Amino acid sequence: MASSFTKWELPLYLSLVHAGFPSPADDHLDRKLDLNDYLVRHPAATFFVRVQGRSMFPTLRHGDLLVVDRSLEPGNRDLVIVSAGGEVAVKRLVSTGGRRMLVSDRDGYPAIGPGGEDVAHWGVVTHAIRTFKP
Amino acid sequence: MIALVDCNNFYVSCERVFDPRLCGVPVVVLSNNDGCVIARSNEAKALGIPMGTPFFKVRDLVRRHGVRVFSSNYALYGDMSERVMLTLGEATPDVEVYSIDEAFVRLHASDEAAGLRRRVLRDTGIPTSIGVGPTKTLAKAANRFAKKRATCGVFDLSAGGDVDDLLADLPVADVWGIGRRWAAKLCAAGLPTARHLRDADDQWVRRHLNVTGLRTVHELRGIPCIPFEEMPVERKTVTCSRSFGEPVERLGPIREAVAHYAAQAAAKLRREGLAAAILRVFVTTKYYGEEPHRTGLYTLTLPRPTAFAPDLVRYAKLGLERAYRPGYAYRKAGVQLMGLSPADRVQGNLFVAADPRRQARLMAMMDRVNRRFGRGTLFLAAEGTGRSWAMRQARRSPRYTTRWDELALVRAA
Repeated sequence: MASSFTKWELPLYLSLVHAGFPSPADDHLDRKLDLNDYLVRHPAATFFVRVQGRSMFPTLRHGDLLVVDRSLEPGNRDLVIVSAGGEVAVKRLVSTGGRRMLVSDRDGYPAIGPGGEDVAHWGVVTHAIRTFKP
Repeated sequence: MIALVDCNNFYVSCERVFDPRLCGVPVVVLSNNDGCVIARSNEAKALGIPMGTPFFKVRDLVRRHGVRVFSSNYALYGDMSERVMLTLGEATPDVEVYSIDEAFVRLHASDEAAGLRRRVLRDTGIPTSIGVGPTKTLAKAANRFAKKRATCGVFDLSAGGDVDDLLADLPVADVWGIGRRWAAKLCAAGLPTARHLRDADDQWVRRHLNVTGLRTVHELRGIPCIPFEEMPVERKTVTCSRSFGEPVERLGPIREAVAHYAAQAAAKLRREGLAAAILRVFVTTKYYGEEPHRTGLYTLTLPRPTAFAPDLVRYAKLGLERAYRPGYAYRKAGVQLMGLSPADRVQGNLFVAADPRRQARLMAMMDRVNRRFGRGTLFLAAEGTGRSWAMRQARRSPRYTTRWDELALVRAA
């Protein structure tokens, strides 16, 4: 659940730290920034997954963390998660003239055409998170 | 209109969301200790693997047919359950979470059910069956037909069809609220189906099944008698909840209530010799038109199945901190314990013998250690069915949604 993920709370310019429990009025105060607000629009439908492989380079790299929203309708050029051939995979959805293809961003990797194998939509990638210094 | 939303083969469906290779093949999930079969895919049901059967009895069948076997992954099931319930809460005005995989919801119109089912499937990946009817009891009955007959996963008892025939097809033992003892009594009295029960004489019912039974009979007739917030106790879930006398906005009083419910739920567990693996806290406003409406849920997977009240209270408080958001007039809160399994006998004895003061000191020390070195570093031997069951989880899938180091991998190749 998105709300159970580690929260990265960055103090912005609150000068006071309140002890005790917030009153409803606190909603109108500036609060610490929470990356969940930025990354997760639909908590119940949002999943985190990790990229394995290099077919989406340079957009995505091996080990990138993806934020996937299952509640969104996939659109042209979206990065999508699909289940295909017993695997969960990340591809780019490309629609041209009513024809939908799932392609890789890096040359030399196979595309999946319509009716090729058993492909089911899983979710739309909304963000990628890359770690530079763990 | 009331709908009962029931997740299909819930534990198996959770596994399938993250591992598409499991689709279309027989899958079973085992209880704690990998002892018994507690969930089956339709393919596994078709092979004749019975619910609740000890695993060793079907080992040959499993080998012969390549059945995929999993230890229960309560972290995953609890989280997926919460997602399903939150989705229902967003899509409908009123949700009553009934068990880990079932919820009653109120619909404005019965044709909303199909859309609701699509939305849960899209947002969470979990397929559901939805039964719709004018009362909870009929919605529950309709759900059975949704599973058995409807190809679209939705069955609306009020939409045409002959209700008489349907109820005649429903054994009285399968009517919601009719336990085994009552069912035997009814069969002996020549009332073997839901239709018989519906048409039974009120006086007879009141005499033999008391007022609760009469309520069920009226519900079968389409007269709502079981209010939305009330629920008969079900063995796979222990729920303690109550509506507040007055709407409450502040966390403090709600926390006291929730701690109390958790302690009550723990006592219930111990009375039945059970331990819980999943704890859920909920707070909800009521749906009154314009008033801001919100249901907050938080589900925790416990490090070990437990019935230990101080632990359950502590986890309930923790859960409430996450479920609560200020600015709403809450009218109800509750604690649900799920993933129930028989507790070790040692566990019960230790509760009785323990000195509360020493135990409190011990708990505080444990808390410090666990805060510093991570949850579950230290745990009571009293919780200690754990030692054995923790090891016998050989077939557990990754905790895809609750552990950073166990996230699902998506292939880029």
